[in-house]
Amino acid sequence: MRFLYLAYIATWTIHILYILYLTSRYRRLREERKELEKE
Amino acid sequence: MKRFFPFFVLVTLALLCYAFYQAMYVAPTESTMGDVQRIFYYHLPHAWVAFLLFFTNFLASIWYLVRRSERSDALALASAEVGVVFCTVVLITGPLWARPVWGIWWTWDARLTSTLVLWLIYVSYLVLRRFATGAQTQVLSAALAIFGFVDVPIVYLSIRYFRTQHPQPVIAGGEGSGLDPRMWTAVLWNLAGFLSLALLLIWLRYRLALAENAVEEAHANRALGPEAEMRSGKSDGRAEAEMRVTKPDGRGSAPQSSSAPKVGKPR
Repeated sequence: MRFLYLAYIATWTIHILYILYLTSRYRRLREERKELEKE
Repeated sequence: MKRFFPFFVLVTLALLCYAFYQAMYVAPTESTMGDVQRIFYYHLPHAWVAFLLFFTNFLASIWYLVRRSERSDALALASAEVGVVFCTVVLITGPLWARPVWGIWWTWDARLTSTLVLWLIYVSYLVLRRFATGAQTQVLSAALAIFGFVDVPIVYLSIRYFRTQHPQPVIAGGEGSGLDPRMWTAVLWNLAGFLSLALLLIWLRYRLALAENAVEEAHANRALGPEAEMRSGKSDGRAEAEMRVTKPDGRGSAPQSSSAPKVGKPR
């Protein structure tokens, strides 16, 4: 069962990390847009 | 699409929860491997979805070379990136399943090696997209994607044409292959759940790529001045006002706020 849990945890860790990466890029883009609007 | 996004997220979450329940509690325990075989319900759908995403990347790259459309380039980038995420899951869950069943983490057989090569091809595609500069980057990456896709049928057929440590295919794998119907149900629910997740991620990444292109274009136009902003058709009105103030007769002074050149940020 240890390997089964490890595999499921690894899968979800990868997906969650990717979603966090996308979120951080969206946030950065929003800040950049705000800066552009200010200029 | 924006209106349906929360609904789409909820459907995906519901599908994934139900698929997890099917894999862990409904699918029967395999007689020789035991519970560790349940890794299969994550391993196989991720592999199929990764193939589908690389196929999408292949089609979008061809379309980009034919039409030079910004949208097809964004779709190619999004499908390759999400495909690499899914392929990474395949390459991690595989050894975690192999260790208790085969007694080894990895073996250099045709299926495993060709899958690793596939992953490396698409990682190199993303590295090229991220770090290459110049007008030909998108064309070169589209060409790499088209040739890289050749590895997908090799991965798929490797267990049919080579003797491998990897198990034989479960679909049309010949005598003795196939699955218990309850196992199929769990496979299909997991396939639906992860396909839905992949569509969600692609949509997010596609929108992000288009928005980044727009911001990059705005930076470039600011660097070139208000005339370029007006020509691009994406002026916010302020540049037009500046044009009216500074160049009423074509001899006006330089624009005040947007004349300072700014370097466009890399993608």
